[in-house]
Amino acid sequence: MGPGRGAELVLEQVGKQFGDKHALRRVNLAVKRGEFVAIIGRSGCGKSTLLRLAAGLEEPTSGRILVDGEELRGLNEKARVMFQDARLLPWRRVMDNVGLGLKGEWEPKALEALEQVGLADRADDWPAVLSGGQRQRVALARALISRPQLLLLDEPLGALDALTRIDMQRLIEQLWLEQKFTALLVTHDVDEAVMLADRIVLIEDGACALDVPVRLPRPRQRGDAAFADLVDAILRRILGGETDENAAVSLSVGEKRRAL
Amino acid sequence: MKLSRWTGWAGGKAVPWALPIGLLAAWQAAAAAGWLSSRVLPAPTDVIVAAWNLASNGELWKHLSVSFWRALTGFAIGGSIGFLLGLLNGVFRPAERLLDTSIQMIRNIPHLALIPLVILWFGIGEEAKVFLVALGVLFPMYVNTLHGIRNVDAGLLEMGRVYGLGPWQLFWRIWLPGALPSILVGLRYALGIMWLTLIVAETIAADRGIGYLAMNAREFMQTDVVVFSILLYALFGKLADSIARFLERRWLRWNVNYQHI
Ligand SMILES: Nc1ncnc2c1ncn2[C@@H]1O[C@H](COP(=O)(O)OP(=O)(O)O)[C@@H](O)[C@H]1O
Ligand SMILES: [Mg+2]
Repeated sequence: MGPGRGAELVLEQVGKQFGDKHALRRVNLAVKRGEFVAIIGRSGCGKSTLLRLAAGLEEPTSGRILVDGEELRGLNEKARVMFQDARLLPWRRVMDNVGLGLKGEWEPKALEALEQVGLADRADDWPAVLSGGQRQRVALARALISRPQLLLLDEPLGALDALTRIDMQRLIEQLWLEQKFTALLVTHDVDEAVMLADRIVLIEDGACALDVPVRLPRPRQRGDAAFADLVDAILRRILGGETDENAAVSLSVGEKRRAL
Repeated sequence: MKLSRWTGWAGGKAVPWALPIGLLAAWQAAAAAGWLSSRVLPAPTDVIVAAWNLASNGELWKHLSVSFWRALTGFAIGGSIGFLLGLLNGVFRPAERLLDTSIQMIRNIPHLALIPLVILWFGIGEEAKVFLVALGVLFPMYVNTLHGIRNVDAGLLEMGRVYGLGPWQLFWRIWLPGALPSILVGLRYALGIMWLTLIVAETIAADRGIGYLAMNAREFMQTDVVVFSILLYALFGKLADSIARFLERRWLRWNVNYQHI
């Protein structure tokens, strides 16, 4: 858990336009080393765009992105992305998918990574025979095998059933605690955000509209009153058209209850 | 027990063969009884005798090897040009914009319509046949390779970039395997065109080869040799198809659609 494991990510006044359409207008966001930040927001608000910018797959049309203090140009080499669809190569066996792009003696590492996600016995299978949850676990193993300093997750669990999703959340949290990479998780599931994140950022109108720390102790319990309150407050803030002050009040209520 | 095993065997393996074998027997019987003139159709046994004679005096191998050489040379030339053009135009948009329209225009000319011109250019030498086969094979390879490359999942390519694959690795790990199902469709189609072109070309203008064997036999009314030549072509067509299937089974094992053929 050395201090240097995770990367620091800073977005300064970042905007992204496609043609004359603004996907993001002015995003300011600083993610500390090893921090787990969840990005939430309505569909089409620019969450994926934000993640793609951080990965270096797109260039911002305004503002700048700093990784460990250096401006990002081209692909972000410190980052790995987990996509909503696992994006495994169907023509390579599970093991080869995990070791994709590695050089030298990668097989033992790939097996170890598969063990971490509980799929060592599927190493020789084709991706086509795996379930959706298993595919995402392979994708997670592939993302983590190269020990990235920044893990970008774009709704990786959105297509999974509720039980598998809970399993995967536990796995992601456990690996994050072990490896201490910085994590940026896009999700539309507020519950998931509260479960995993140190901090939840709401994107609205192309900018960060809300930035809430989650101070619940880990491992977090869904049944918890404080957990439920926070989920409820954030949901009402997103959906209810509440003014910022009201939201702030209910969010701070959630905080107080947690403090008790 | 025995009966059920027999019906099981009959149901599984024998049924598809019942009709061809029955027809063959009827054909032999009709020829033996004199209902079928040997000018029209020789008896199956006559065809076998003709085959045996051709094989034992060495004629068969001479013609066979010439036909094979033409087919494979033409296929290698036309197939690789079509394949490479397909890759080039699939991966690089500017190349496609420059070349695709012209290629499509040439594709619309039936290559067999060029036979008179090709004879004027090359005479009836080997080049004429190889050229025609190459031309015929080029387009199915081109079209299917291009189609395959274009339909490679953009999400996988993006993933490959994020995971640090260079251009060369992207090609070998993602572009090519992604396009392979379509490329193999092109290959199968091209193999069919290859034999078809060769049959026509050899029948019209050749002094060796299976097509020549058949045309020459026609002049001497050796229907048994003519029928044997036709059977040879059928056999090679089947062989080419089996090779294509074999490659599909081997290279597309990962694809559920090909796991049980
Ligand atoms: N490559 C692109 N070209 C044009 N518009 C795009 C592109 N990518 C995203 N957009 C637009 O930007 C907006 C934000 O998209 P996205 O980041 O995918 O939203 P989210 O992930 O929050 O649902 C959407 O309106 C989308 O249509
Ligand atoms: Mg999205």
